Amino acid sequence: MSELHLAVALDGAGWHPAAWREPGARPAELFTARYWADVVAEAEAGLLDFVTFEDGLALQSSAAAEPDARTDRVRGRLDAVLTAARIAPLTRHIGLVPSVTATHTEPFHISKAIATLDYVSRGRAGLRVQTSGLPYEARHFGRREFPAPVGELAEEAADHVEVVRRLWDSWEDDAEIRDVATGRFVDRDKLHYIDFEGPHFSVRGPSITPRPPQGQPLVTASAGTVAPRAALVDLVYVTPRDLDEARAAAAVLPPPPGLRHVFADLTVFLDEDGPAAAARRDRLDRVAGAPTPTDAATFSGTPAELADLLQEWRETGLTGFRLRPGVMAHDLPAITRRLVPELQRRGVFRSTYEASSLRGLLGLERPANRYAAAALTA
Amino acid sequence: MSTKPLKQIHLAAHFPGVNNTTVWSDPAAGSHIEFDSFVRFAQTAERAKFDFLFLAEGLRLREQGGKIYDLDVVGRPDTFTVLAALAAVTEHLGLTGTINSTFNEPYEVARQFASLDHLSEGRAAWNVVTSWDAFTGENFRRGGFLPREDRYTRAREFLATATELFDSWDGTEVTADPVSGTFLRDARAGAFAHQGRHFDIEGRFNVPRSPQGRPVVFQAGDSDEGREFAAASADAIFGRYATLEEGREFYADVKGRLPRYGRRPEELLILPAATFALADTDAQARELAHEVRRSQVSGATAIKYLEHVWNRDLSGYDPDGPLPDVDPDPGENTIALGRASVRQFRDPLATARQWRELAEAKNLSIRELVIATTAKQTFVGSPATVAESINSLVQADAADGFILVPHITPDGLEGFADTVVPLLQERGVFRSEYTGTTLRDHLGLDVPAVRPAGERQATAS
Repeated sequence: MSELHLAVALDGAGWHPAAWREPGARPAELFTARYWADVVAEAEAGLLDFVTFEDGLALQSSAAAEPDARTDRVRGRLDAVLTAARIAPLTRHIGLVPSVTATHTEPFHISKAIATLDYVSRGRAGLRVQTSGLPYEARHFGRREFPAPVGELAEEAADHVEVVRRLWDSWEDDAEIRDVATGRFVDRDKLHYIDFEGPHFSVRGPSITPRPPQGQPLVTASAGTVAPRAALVDLVYVTPRDLDEARAAAAVLPPPPGLRHVFADLTVFLDEDGPAAAARRDRLDRVAGAPTPTDAATFSGTPAELADLLQEWRETGLTGFRLRPGVMAHDLPAITRRLVPELQRRGVFRSTYEASSLRGLLGLERPANRYAAAALTA
Repeated sequence: MSTKPLKQIHLAAHFPGVNNTTVWSDPAAGSHIEFDSFVRFAQTAERAKFDFLFLAEGLRLREQGGKIYDLDVVGRPDTFTVLAALAAVTEHLGLTGTINSTFNEPYEVARQFASLDHLSEGRAAWNVVTSWDAFTGENFRRGGFLPREDRYTRAREFLATATELFDSWDGTEVTADPVSGTFLRDARAGAFAHQGRHFDIEGRFNVPRSPQGRPVVFQAGDSDEGREFAAASADAIFGRYATLEEGREFYADVKGRLPRYGRRPEELLILPAATFALADTDAQARELAHEVRRSQVSGATAIKYLEHVWNRDLSGYDPDGPLPDVDPDPGENTIALGRASVRQFRDPLATARQWRELAEAKNLSIRELVIATTAKQTFVGSPATVAESINSLVQADAADGFILVPHITPDGLEGFADTVVPLLQERGVFRSEYTGTTLRDHLGLDVPAVRPAGERQATAS
């Protein structure tokens, strides 16, 4: 049995809409650094590979196509990249993967922001690319006609990632030379224009930010978000409902180079007694007024039962899991203090952080710079 | 003796990013990009009880003669991201970042600043800058779309729109009461609608009101439009002048514009950037200042600087020789791109004539001429001399304080913190302890009141 990787998806007080009303939820602190620092410290204590920070350029809504007027659910959130950066100096090992909406943002800004997150975390940055086809979100920008075809958003996201990645490589690692004899701070032959041209934007480059510590921070996205092109995404999130779907999802993993990880998303409710976990979830559904629609499978049960499921699904070829704690205050500690020790006893999860970078934790090499490589072969 | 109470001085520290003041060749100079450098710089500023740290921004690498300019420090982090990280390693220091209003959108920038203000517990500030050039635009979706004459109209509308977004939450909406199940008191929290020439947007802003209500707003720019923009909307302006006469003139002019916007003089602080050369004695400091200038202006740098005026390739000239006898090319200056200072020479022929006369009169080489005519160290002397200079300029209403730019990164602030700051504290003109927690507290600025939605759009035109 090979080892598996674990990430946790952070969103508000947890993934259940009534989670904020649970004991220990600290709902009034959701807009403070202290809350996020505590949550990420808990995840790091559990030796998890990384945390993702959910985000969006619109207020959360329980309606699919429009803002709602609900007052009984968590509304409002802080910028995910800035939250990750705020936490970076307080942590040492865990990967920090904020969500970024490619649809409305400038790839130049995103590239330097994630590169800088990589500097301030010393090699632990990633990003989770998402798109938005919501007309009401587009009206916050007022630039384009929506809805746009899904395929177009995925193509645009692929261009966005392509630009972000080229900009990370636009400085060779040794471009800063500080050559006192000639008075040159940089060797401009090691700075590169990226000259990207696409239907939605063109970007000249180079970046204003030197190549980040990991060379290429980790790029992650849900399956289908980014149009499939070679080596754009390092890790894809899938949402199988059962073992067969897990097997099918894992089959998207091609041989390297290119995509190296497929993580299954699972919403989890964990208690030492399986029926108690199910009962807790039912109670939360009643409080919320309805069962919560979710794109991912929901697991209720004991940490040992979840460990069984993760091991079984791991055998299909999935390389890891992104667990969504139903209630952050309850289910995150259950992951770090119950599930993780169980997986360690079974010999399928790390007992210490074995690498200093996020790529290292995931067994990924630091990539060569495409422009330096081109110069060598030219 | 005047009975006027002593003004309190405001001090800030500029982490010099891409610039031509940093002496990167000095063995004491460290990294300009590693986070440790920012931590050390920020913690020194906070130890000295400074009001804030300031970061500039540039969105395209400078070019000269069609090539990336390689003689000065190149490469810097993303403004928002590094400030958010610095919020974790400081407790009081204000965090001021330059963010361009041309190559960003109000919704995104407003939520980034509101987030930074939450994550720093009220220490965020925004230096609003404008840009128009197609050169920078080549890095962005929108390209060089903005006519030059529109840059301030967009900036004004950008800031007004962002303010409407900040004001779309009044700070009382989040009740988060688990017993009643009410998270939001107001089902329409964050609702906004803005229609203007540059922005036509509506919806719900998704960051609740931050500790300072909105970030402190800084404005730079010396033009009449820039001064007016600052008088109308800014909390602080980067003064251009750190000398007595020019400073007083600028100060009086800008503060004099406030009443027409219903504002009091203390609602807009004037903070010029300032360099310093500090040593045990005045004589040693003058010597240091001279050495620093020689390090800042190498022979190659002097030739490049001269090209800004001449608008020609001068690489064949000897920097230790006389000025070129050819005249500047009077056409549009395209030799240096991505550099604001090129535009300062409005009449290059006249400038060249003056410089030739000066060089002949004093027998100056190209390099000596450039050293003599470009920016000098603002404050040169012993700690007592520098403290006295700073205090007298502030008390004489030439400024409300200074943004200090050390020539060594990241440790160039330490001598100032250790020697000049205690002297200012002894004089009773600079804080010994922080008395508040937010940047508005440090600057003596009120938390802005929330304007009702009906009044918001009215001021946004």
